Amino acid sequence: MDMNEIKEIFFQECEEQLAELESGLLKLNDGDRDPETVNAVFRAVHSIKGGAGAFGLDDLVSFAHVFETTLDCVRSGKLEPGQDVLKVMLKSADVLADLVSASRDGGSVDESRTRGLVKELEALANGELPSASGHEAPKPAAKAASAAPQEETPKPTDESGFQPIPFSFDGFDDEEPVFEGSIYEVTFKPRRELYSKGNEAALLLRDLSRIGEMSIACDMDELPALDKMDPEASYFSWKISLKTNKGEDDIRTVFEFAEWDCDLEVKLAEEASTDEELPMIPVPFDLSILDDASAAEEEDKAVEPSAVEETAAAAVSAAKVATGIVKAADAAARVAEKKDAASSAAAAAQNNAAAAAAAAGQTIRVDLDRVDRLINLVGELVINQAMLSQSVIENDTNGTSSINMGLEELQQLTREIQDSVMAIRAQPVKPVFQRMSRIVREVADMVGKQIRLVTEGENTEVDKTVIDKLAEPLTHMIRNAVDHGIETPEKREAAGKNPEGTVKLSAKHRSGRILIELQDDGAGINRERVRQKAIDNDLIAADANLSDDEIDNLIFMPGFSTADKISDISGRGVGMDVVKRSIQALGGRISISSRPGHGSTFTMSLPLTLAVLDGMVVTVAGQTLVVPLTAIVETLQPEASAIHSFGANQRLISIRNSFCPLVDVGRILNFRAIQANPVDGVALLVESEGGGQRALMVDAIQGQRQVVIKSLEANYTHVPGIAAATILGDGRVALILDVDAVVAASRGQSLKPEMALKPEMSLAATG
Amino acid sequence: MKKKVLTVDDSRTIRNMLLVTLNNAGFETIQAEDGVEGLEVLEDANPDVIVTDINMPRLDGFGFIEGVRRNEKYRAVPILVLTTESDQEKKNRARQAGATGWIVKPFDPAKLIDAIERVTA
Repeated sequence: MDMNEIKEIFFQECEEQLAELESGLLKLNDGDRDPETVNAVFRAVHSIKGGAGAFGLDDLVSFAHVFETTLDCVRSGKLEPGQDVLKVMLKSADVLADLVSASRDGGSVDESRTRGLVKELEALANGELPSASGHEAPKPAAKAASAAPQEETPKPTDESGFQPIPFSFDGFDDEEPVFEGSIYEVTFKPRRELYSKGNEAALLLRDLSRIGEMSIACDMDELPALDKMDPEASYFSWKISLKTNKGEDDIRTVFEFAEWDCDLEVKLAEEASTDEELPMIPVPFDLSILDDASAAEEEDKAVEPSAVEETAAAAVSAAKVATGIVKAADAAARVAEKKDAASSAAAAAQNNAAAAAAAAGQTIRVDLDRVDRLINLVGELVINQAMLSQSVIENDTNGTSSINMGLEELQQLTREIQDSVMAIRAQPVKPVFQRMSRIVREVADMVGKQIRLVTEGENTEVDKTVIDKLAEPLTHMIRNAVDHGIETPEKREAAGKNPEGTVKLSAKHRSGRILIELQDDGAGINRERVRQKAIDNDLIAADANLSDDEIDNLIFMPGFSTADKISDISGRGVGMDVVKRSIQALGGRISISSRPGHGSTFTMSLPLTLAVLDGMVVTVAGQTLVVPLTAIVETLQPEASAIHSFGANQRLISIRNSFCPLVDVGRILNFRAIQANPVDGVALLVESEGGGQRALMVDAIQGQRQVVIKSLEANYTHVPGIAAATILGDGRVALILDVDAVVAASRGQSLKPEMALKPEMSLAATG
Repeated sequence: MKKKVLTVDDSRTIRNMLLVTLNNAGFETIQAEDGVEGLEVLEDANPDVIVTDINMPRLDGFGFIEGVRRNEKYRAVPILVLTTESDQEKKNRARQAGATGWIVKPFDPAKLIDAIERVTA
């Protein structure tokens, strides 16, 4: 793994942390005061900052730092996370998200916005509540007071407020005389705590020896008799004379980790007073005890050549005693270990239980390509299994039931495998829902409304592709709901409603599909205006008799949205046809219901996966086609009396007293040259984009089944009128009809008898 | 023999950086994602030194250090705290909990290895 890969992981992690941050802030916004929620929010920002620091993403670090400081105030109870405070925080979360994507993709961020938020955050951290306008700049004086107990801010000009660690070696190096041979006298007396925190005097002395030439004396006066000795107490102290060209700070840095737990004195030795006040026994500093190697090579470190041999020996044995203490401690630990061994079986069992419990929440990350490959293979398996079943049934003259039973089991297993594999791609809709809360905030801010987004069922799972493609239409609809659906606070109050509007986004599973609802408590659709608009735009006849529902659904019609002023009235309609088209492209449906004065609800029903499709298998001019079931409203057997000719070669079918254009699929796809007689076939009433209904004529219906979708583009080329292909149980390839394209082509038919897709279609028909 | 380092950090990014840095420096690395997991793996990991983050879910670094120090077998194992906090208060709390030393994030590999070597023989 190299740094780039880790960086990639970092950005993935950022996404997760940002989601965590936002959902935490939203929880706080809803009045949740669980300290763990605050902690999680803090940790999210903290983690982003930590990782960003490692990659030198300075903009990200400095903003995260300010954000973190303010969050810390919330965490420590200094700042009450009220609505105003959270508003700033949520905006900061958005900026943080922008900074993350800018760091990843190299884009730019709105710097003035970032700076403004930094100021607001700092003001919050300094105990200033956001002013009503929210934009009053904090006084510069406030900055010095931030993060109270620290040393003076070293860089007051740094407007991010980021404070580097005030720790510098440079100053000392300059001031100290640099001649080699500065001699320091260091007195070092560890306390018991030094050892209990895992520090080790010998290691500290070793490090000290690395910065210069040193002579060392150990004071062992306090060492009691062995029987009175506490093996964990600290008895020794050292007096070190260090000849170095480094400064006092470098010496102190060696004891950085230990300085609280020892008495340490560092001073420049005065030339005159060297040896006199050393009543202690000089010790040859023998580091060999650290690595069990021979002591021989350390000989040159014996500093006092004049020392008596015996004293030296005594010193060595003292060192041995020290080692002995360590060994004794080790032995004690081993005994303890043995005692533990008795209960280890029980402990192991417990461990296993704990591991199993932990496993419940465990996840692995898998490359999406691998999953897709697996899904493809399972698709093949399903097809293969179906083919096998079919050929067994065809050849099974003796009725060998054991084979049939085996096949049934195989079928069951394949289904289960398919479902499980599909489940791998399933993801909660949460990330998309979370993105929406930002859009609500931003649009509401822009149009000066107060809006709360409530989400429900955000853990509902659906195929990742569906999720990815859901974001765009959903964004569009949310914008509409905020901009046009919810009224201004004044209007709401006048209508006796809560000035704060509510937009509710919910997801749930229903009969193998996912149902997403977007509900607002706004004014609802102004049907009179919508109707008028539709008439003005020639979408409906002036005297058309439409039900309320039909009027509401007019907003999905293409051409409706191109109208200019719809956004000024309480109705909707900006680009709703686009939304509908994207939902349908996902194999979904969308509908609206509205209650004037109470708001509107959009309901989307989407397939759980795009890899399989429920289809109706039909025959057209000897070809087998699959029509997506979601497009079909009903099927009917046309009677001769219901068919009416219209124009040169157009026909209409009358269904319950209304006329619907009849489209011969075989003719559109150029499977045949002349129109078939509708009475011989079956009509599929389909709803296509724009809400228009058409009756598609096919020759016969073979049945309904789930088919595995195979991309035609990937394997062949795009064919107009055809969405994709599939392989049926008998091994034949069947084309999946693109209902919208066929309907669109049927509209153009009267204008252009020679269809543009003709040459290609003949290819498809033969190929 | 390779020295064993137990790292405890909830950030996947930092875990990976630690892993790469430590492995490159010739350490054997065991990783845990938070204090609770850290204490769980402690027994089997038998580390020579522990590197831990402070801000973690479930059990933070302070709690983890105290937990290690309560363990008879590991109460003297060196523990380095990874921290972005430069303020003294956090360091003091870590010290009171029983930390041996600290590494200020963003760590650079040399600093990390240096700190580990300072507290291990």
